Amino acid sequence: MPKLIIDAQEITVEDGLTILEAARQFAIDIPTICWHPATTANGLCRMCVVEIDGMRLLQPSCVVKAADGMKVQTKSERVNRARKTILEMLASSVDLADSPEIQGLMSEYSASPDRFPAAHRREVEVKDDNPMYIRDYAKCVLCWRCVQVCADDAQYTYAINFSGRGFETQIGTFFDIPMPATSCVFCGQCVGVCPTGALKPKREFLLEQGVAPEQIVVMNSGRKSKAKSQKS
Amino acid sequence: MSEIDLTPLREILPIYALQGRSGLLPALHAAQKHYGWLPQPVAAEVAQALQVPLADVHGVIEFYSLFYNQPVGKRIIRICTDAACALKGADHILSGLCARHGIQPNQTALDGATTIESSPCLGLCDHAPAALVNNEAETNFDPSQNSWEPGRPASKIYRLSSFLTSNCGKGRAATLAEYGDYPAYHRTLTMTPESVIAEVKAAGLVGRGGAAFPTGIKWEGAAKADRFPKYLVCNADESEPGTFKDRVLLLDDPHCVIEGMCIAAHAIGAQKGYIYLRGEYPYILPGLENALAEAREAGYLGEKFDIEIRLGAGAYICGEETALFESIEGKRGYPRIKPPFPTTNGLFNQPTVINNVETLCNVPLIIAKGPSAYRQIGTEKSPGPKLFCVSGDVARPGVYEVPFGVTLRELLRMANGDPTDPLADSSLENHIQAILFGGAAGAFATSAHLDVKLTFEDLRAAGLPLGSGVVMVFNQSRDLRQTLAVLGKFFAHESCGKCYPCQMGTQRQAEILERIAEGKRKAGDLDRLQDIGWTMTDASLCGLGQTAASAVLSALKLGLIKI
Repeated sequence: MPKLIIDAQEITVEDGLTILEAARQFAIDIPTICWHPATTANGLCRMCVVEIDGMRLLQPSCVVKAADGMKVQTKSERVNRARKTILEMLASSVDLADSPEIQGLMSEYSASPDRFPAAHRREVEVKDDNPMYIRDYAKCVLCWRCVQVCADDAQYTYAINFSGRGFETQIGTFFDIPMPATSCVFCGQCVGVCPTGALKPKREFLLEQGVAPEQIVVMNSGRKSKAKSQKS
Repeated sequence: MSEIDLTPLREILPIYALQGRSGLLPALHAAQKHYGWLPQPVAAEVAQALQVPLADVHGVIEFYSLFYNQPVGKRIIRICTDAACALKGADHILSGLCARHGIQPNQTALDGATTIESSPCLGLCDHAPAALVNNEAETNFDPSQNSWEPGRPASKIYRLSSFLTSNCGKGRAATLAEYGDYPAYHRTLTMTPESVIAEVKAAGLVGRGGAAFPTGIKWEGAAKADRFPKYLVCNADESEPGTFKDRVLLLDDPHCVIEGMCIAAHAIGAQKGYIYLRGEYPYILPGLENALAEAREAGYLGEKFDIEIRLGAGAYICGEETALFESIEGKRGYPRIKPPFPTTNGLFNQPTVINNVETLCNVPLIIAKGPSAYRQIGTEKSPGPKLFCVSGDVARPGVYEVPFGVTLRELLRMANGDPTDPLADSSLENHIQAILFGGAAGAFATSAHLDVKLTFEDLRAAGLPLGSGVVMVFNQSRDLRQTLAVLGKFFAHESCGKCYPCQMGTQRQAEILERIAEGKRKAGDLDRLQDIGWTMTDASLCGLGQTAASAVLSALKLGLIKI
């Protein structure tokens, strides 16, 4: 039973918990973006970083285990600078219109969406290639959850992976072939874990586009063009 | 798309399929060698043969710069436009060459014969400006004549000591007969693994790849792990801009690193070793393969321990040890979260030691001389010889072998010609504007640092990283804003994209550095660079992001950017 101090609060937790889990048990709030209970924690968004005494760099609380004698600060100046800058860079790269949680973090950390002017954004056209869901990667924050649930975290389908590298990374299929041509089984789990509306049920997308509910009939591949043509 | 004949591919794939997913990069290399690029049906065939999901194969092709999923020319000319080559007019050469072929950089000429690319550092900084033409180094081309003489890059070696480079500089690889019959390895066979490790620890050897971790402690960790198999990996993914020492060691004296690997394998109990050679060093491959064959013939390699070469495919991040493991495993080169560390959970999640080429080359020396004689070289806290890669505005760029403890001034006197000439010395201060230490991931020094001793401890005290031994000199006439823009572009190109601070930070940093170089700085840009830089340094997942702002932040601190 490790005993540790988080933000001056002394806590004792059961073995094997991450700092994030330990903190949440005591209602200490640590923000996350990529973390999801159904996926393996990758520690990649770095929003959950904390300062731990004796460690040179900030540590991702979603993967670092709570250990006896640890002294953790979740809201230090260094932590806040990193979180605020990450949020500002995110807002300069991605369309966060459908990400109310991230927008909430933006105001909590006083992050300015216009901090980085003349920044190259990841702007891509909506991929509308199947009757179940659309893929709007301009809204993708690369949390990896969809790739993970499509693979070993849930479905073992491996329909999607990455294309590009670095800032130009995108989620994609084999040579960008349309979803129905892949191994996708349309289980919908990727849509369920997407935090930003980059993956969205087709029906929700059409409703947002102003298509009347009665015009969206049964979901099958023949309806997509019909719904669109009725609208125009 | 015209019909692609998959028959030849089906003939070669079974060898790679034996390795499962780990055979993916070698299979893609082999397929690309045959077809010139990787068309969709070829990638699908590879995926099926190796039982790797299609999307994953595509993801791997997309990650590595040297894999192409669209047609490229039969001749691919990669012009290095990184820091050292940029000083020697690489941009002009690139644009001139492209104009001659009527294309833009990274395009293929209409006749389909030639592709011209702008490349990150090719490890040929001692020959700047340099290029890679297919599998050969071009170190001597004349853009005005369009004359090409690609081949094996010459080694330029200068020495105050001759421990690591004594066999180097012949213009070819030293043969086994010239190298000798692995005397140090023979000695270790009479020793217990524990006593081999004890000697390496006693010698005070630390890693020469950049992180300076004590080698003996690393070995001990893997030796004590009680899981088998164990792996030994030689990190020959030398990609830090400004670094080219491992290229010289591998080209000229491959048996030294192989003997070092045999000793390390004995010490940790590894049966299988890998040399992960960077994809931009294809011309090292034949000589290295030949040396491995010689070592097998002589019985140094075989059933007990053998070595496989893995060729990278254009990704700086794969020099990071865990990303390198992922790459050998046939995946995108994403770094893993540490801990767990490689000594317990490394390649294929097994206990693994991974050492840099130069580190392994020190091992035979330690075992042959004994630790106390080894410690006679260098200083008490930084024992041994060290290779420095000197480039940029010096008269004699090259690999400098010196004992730890010489001063930067002494090194640069050598590099500027006559080490005893007092005039050369007095002009040093006037000549130098800045020195990039440790590579793109390093930091800038100025002539105020000329008398710092080149040791781990003295450099640390001076706030300078030794890194991989890069000393890149910039004279007074240089516009360092251009250099910073080049460094920024490098990191944006090479970030793997996994963690947010580096994925977006390298991009934003590059944009700001580019507009500063163009004289179009926006209000608040220096604050932005500080916030990006400190966020990347403090919160990135791996060493790439943690050092991607190091040179920029040091330049700002030293006031080197005149705005």
